[in-house]
Parts: sequence; C-alpha cells; structure tokens
Amino acid sequence: MRIVLERRLTPSRSMQYLSPLLAIVLSLVTFFIIFVLSGIDPLKALYIYFVEPLTAVWSIEDLLVKAVPIILIAIGLAFCYQSAVWNIGAEGQLAAGALAGSIIPVMFPLLQGPAVITAMILMGIAGGMAYAAIPAILKIRFNANETLTTLMLVYVANLFLDYMARGPWRDPAGFNFPNSRPFDEGQMLPIIAGDSVRISIVFMLVAVVVAWFLTTKTMTGFKIRVLGLSPRAGSFGGFSRNKMVMLTFLISGGLAGLAGICEVAGPIGQLRTTVSPGYGFTAIIVAFLGRLHPFGILIAGLLLALSYMGGEGAQVAIGLSDQTTQVFQGMLLFYVLACDSFIYYRLKFVRERALDAATAG
Amino acid sequence: MQQRPGDVMTMLEGILLTIVTAATPLLFAAIGELVAERSGVLNLGVEGMMAVGAVCGFAAASTTGQPILGVLAAIIAGMLAASLFGIVALFFVANQNATGVALTLFGLGLSGLIGDSFVGTPGIPIPKVNIPVLSDLPVVGRLIFGEDPFVYLAVALALATWWFLFKTRGGLIIRAVGDNAHSAHALGFSVLKTRFLAVLFGGACAGLGGAYLSLVYTPQWTQAMTAGRGWIALALVVFASWLPGRLVVGAVLFGAVSILQLHAQAIGIGIPSQFLSMLPYIVTVVALVVISRNRALLSVNTPACLGRPFVADS
Repeated sequence: MRIVLERRLTPSRSMQYLSPLLAIVLSLVTFFIIFVLSGIDPLKALYIYFVEPLTAVWSIEDLLVKAVPIILIAIGLAFCYQSAVWNIGAEGQLAAGALAGSIIPVMFPLLQGPAVITAMILMGIAGGMAYAAIPAILKIRFNANETLTTLMLVYVANLFLDYMARGPWRDPAGFNFPNSRPFDEGQMLPIIAGDSVRISIVFMLVAVVVAWFLTTKTMTGFKIRVLGLSPRAGSFGGFSRNKMVMLTFLISGGLAGLAGICEVAGPIGQLRTTVSPGYGFTAIIVAFLGRLHPFGILIAGLLLALSYMGGEGAQVAIGLSDQTTQVFQGMLLFYVLACDSFIYYRLKFVRERALDAATAG
Repeated sequence: MQQRPGDVMTMLEGILLTIVTAATPLLFAAIGELVAERSGVLNLGVEGMMAVGAVCGFAAASTTGQPILGVLAAIIAGMLAASLFGIVALFFVANQNATGVALTLFGLGLSGLIGDSFVGTPGIPIPKVNIPVLSDLPVVGRLIFGEDPFVYLAVALALATWWFLFKTRGGLIIRAVGDNAHSAHALGFSVLKTRFLAVLFGGACAGLGGAYLSLVYTPQWTQAMTAGRGWIALALVVFASWLPGRLVVGAVLFGAVSILQLHAQAIGIGIPSQFLSMLPYIVTVVALVVISRNRALLSVNTPACLGRPFVADS
C-alpha cells in the first residue's frame, strides 16, 4: 500500500482557507520540537515569540509599523505571481524607492511641508517603478529570466544605496557615520495614531482595498489571472502577455518603492546603508501565505511582522539568534506550499502493486 | 616605478590562480543545478544549499580537524536541504519557483543559526597539489599542476557530467524526463524518482561549492558569505545553454570578472568600490540578456519541461 496524490475534480474550497492555517500549525509544532531538542522551554519561547508582542501598546504599535512595508510589497507581488511573473527583487525596488524619495530631503533640506512630503512619496513610487521596469523590459524585449535579473538587481541597488549613504549623501555633521542628514519633521510622514503609527498605514489599507477591487471586479484583474494560469488561453482572448508583464512589474515596483520611502521618511528618518531587514523577501512569503488574496495578505503580513517582533524579543529574553526568525519564515513558506497542494489534489491510498508501478514516485 | 618582467609574470600568475579559485565554487554549484534542470526541475534554492553546505562544512572541519569530514558534511547537508525542496516541489507538486525561494530563505537563515558559534574561528589550511618539477614550471606550473584538489575535482565533475548526460543510459533517462515527462512516464520510467535524484545531486554539488568557499576560498565562516554565488550559478546554467562544457568557460569568465574587480579595488582606479562590487551582478544580467535574446538558439537545449510540475495520471 502506498500514498499518491490524485487530482480533485474541483479545487477544494475548504482547503483554500485551511491550508494556510495548517501550515502555521505545522510550523509552530516544528518549532516546538526544535526548542525541546535544543533544551529551551518551548512554551516560554513560543509565548515570547507570538504572544508577548501583543501584550503592550507600544509593541502592538511597533507591530503595525513593521507590517506596513511588508503588506504593501506583498500586495504588489501578488499581482506578479498571479500572472506568473517571478519578481523576487522587491528588496531592490524598495531601496530604489527609498533613494529616489530621499532626493528632496537630502539635497534640499530647507524644503518642507505637506507638498514636499507628497512629492517625496510620488518620487519614491516612481523610483520603485523605474527600477522594476528594467527587468520587465529585459524580459519583454530579450526574454531574460526575471527571477535572476530581479535578484541580481537587488545586489546592485543595495550597493548603490551603500555608496550614496557613505559617499555623496553622507551627513557632513554626522560624525562620519554612514548616514544621510536626519530628515526634519516636515519631511516625514505625519503620525496619525499613538507614538509611531504614521499615515503609511492608510496607504497600506488603501492598497489592500484597491488591489481587492482590481483583482476581483475588473477586467484587468481577470486578464492577469488568465495569463497567469494559461498564457495560450490569454492570447486567444486577445490579452497581451507583454503588457501584463509590464503592468504587474510597475504595480509591484511602485508599491515596493512606496514602502521604501515610507520607511526612510518614517521609522528610520534618514537614508542609511541598509533601509530594510529583508522586508522584500518576507513579502514573498506573505504573498503566498495570504494565498495571493489582498485580505489574506493583510492577515499574513501581520503574522510575519509578529515573527519579527517576537524574534527581537526572544533575542533579548532567551538569547535566541536573530536568524531564528528567518528560519521560521522559510519553514512556514515550505509548509504553505506543501499544504496548498491539497487544494488541487487529495491523498489516495493505493493497494495494488500493478498500480504502484504506473504511479511510482 | 620600474617593473621587471618577473614581477609582471608573478602578478599575472597570481591573478590567473585567483580566477580559477573564484570559478571553482560557481562551477560546482552550476554543475549540480544543470543536472537538476536537465531533469526538468528548476531549483532556485542553490544559494540556500550553498550557505548550508558552507556552514556545515566549516563546522565539521573545525570541530574534527579533518577537512575531508568537512567536505562530506557539506555534501550531506546540501543533499538534506535539496531533499526538502524535492519533497515539497516534486511530491507535493508545489510551484518550483516559490519552493526554491523558500529553500534560499530557509537555508540562509539556518546557516546563520548554525554558524553563530563559529564566527571568528580560524579555518584549517588545505594543502595545494605539489608535483615535483611540473608544479615549479613558470606561470603554467602552479596554474595547471599546483591548484588545490577541489579545482581538479570540479573540472573532472564537469567532464563526468557531460559523459553521464550524453553517453549513458542514465543520462538519457534524465534528459527524457526533462524534455517530455509524460512520454518518459508512459515508457515506464519513474519521473519523480529520477527528478528527486537529480535534485539531490544538485544539492550535493551546491553543498560542495559552499564548502569550497568556507574551507578554501576564504577559510572561515561569515554570515551570508555566499554573496549571491548561488544565483550567479543559476544564471551560468542558462548562459551555458545547459551544456557542461560551456559551464566551465562560463565559470572562468564570471570568476575573472569578480577577481578583476577585486584587483581594481585594491590598486584603486578612482571608481568607488561599490560600483566595482556591482560588476559581477551586472555582468550576470548582461550575459543573461545576450544569451536569452536568441530564443531559437536557446530553445535547442532548454529542457522542454523545465519548471513544470508532474503528476502521473492514473
């Protein structure tokens, strides 16, 4: 007797909701086992990781602050992945947005006020879009694999950011630290709640709702999905694959750029040699954990932001390495992808040896 | 400053020697990925497998004092990491792009976790090959007869891979599974088993490439020391249009770019170091564009089922 996958006649609706939950439970169980094996009190560790950040107002605020860029980026990536465009370079597009958005506050420190902040945001979005347009054009014109080009461009963008923060844009009054001048309050996003929740949370919520509307209610969203599922069917329907590649790249690049400028004109408050602890990569996990659905992404983004918070807490409280968070995130993505297959397939127990030979694997 | 011809020769020899060592880890990782892709599996987790191999290789070598045990540990670690990918992408039919990215994120994190206690530990030197007389020949002596043993292993592996893929029945099965999984299945070959083995081989090679980095290239462990080499190896496979012979040429070219930019940084040619550090990545993009624009040429050797999941219809 052996177990094989059998295609379901119709995708399971209940598994669509259950699979992310199942993945989370499996990740927690795995972590529990790992903690036990390494001699750490597992309940205490899991409490520090996933409950403690929710027990204080400041840490809930911090959680929201971290969730904003992750969700913004993941919303954009979901468009790409739905149309089978493998943009994995959001981390670089974020840096490009941060750089472009910082032009005004770094080079014209006297310019301040709402109009300036608006211009900074628009420049950040434009920066991210422009940087995402490079792999889009290389894919459309030259057939270059976007997975590899977007990832290579992450290294290029981060090195350029490093150069700018250490070189031309270094604050002359900054004691030789590799940072730009600190932005003034009139060059930062306004705080709208508590001590640290800025207006970027509104941008994020708007992005979620607009993305939901675009994907479920408009022709463009339909085209994106059809071309993702079957490029041939899409071309018979007269949809241009190239246009969709460009469109999804621009959307995701723009949102990553927005996340970038919101970070430097928000929690960070200046341009540094690094402006993201890997949000662009975490967003990939969030996009899949949220099943590429805007509302799912909202929830998944909050969960992954929680894992960042918990990671910091666990580092202080029980001396866990900060890499633990990344291991958790990577493992979670493995489980999500594995569980997702139960949406389209079910396990079947096969008895006959003859069948075994035909389906061996 | 007057330079004597002898100095120039020594410098040239030094540069050529370092190019070879820079090319070796790329070649290891790319050979493994080439075999996996020939079987129709796109494993984007090379970077993660290399990182895991690098840290396990270093950990095993420095705890036991035996470099060879380090190499074995790296190979096993790479295979274990690859098997995670294989289980999820092959047996659970998950999207290969996403699963590969998961492996890279997981592997980079895990390597950091394991490596935490090994940061700053000195490595164990691995002696270079030394053949009397031959190794002492000017320029070519050390270049051809005086490398570290891994260099010869990498070249031999490339040759063996070519022979295996194109001259043996096993290689034919791998290529059949990669070009037309359903026909291969109908002929009675196990698609998933073949692909899983190819993925494991990919993991072993990536682990070996990682071990080369932490044991030979820069004998120490530092966080994120793979520095995108796994991704460059992936690009190399496309660049070589899935042919092992071209892989050797490609690896040397990419090794040359990364070494020459280092030398340029060292002598200071007035270009900020960050721009020089960008070069290997930019060259990778340019190389991809140049190769990919000729779709007809590329499609000759591209495995037709690359990246497509397979489920047997029973």
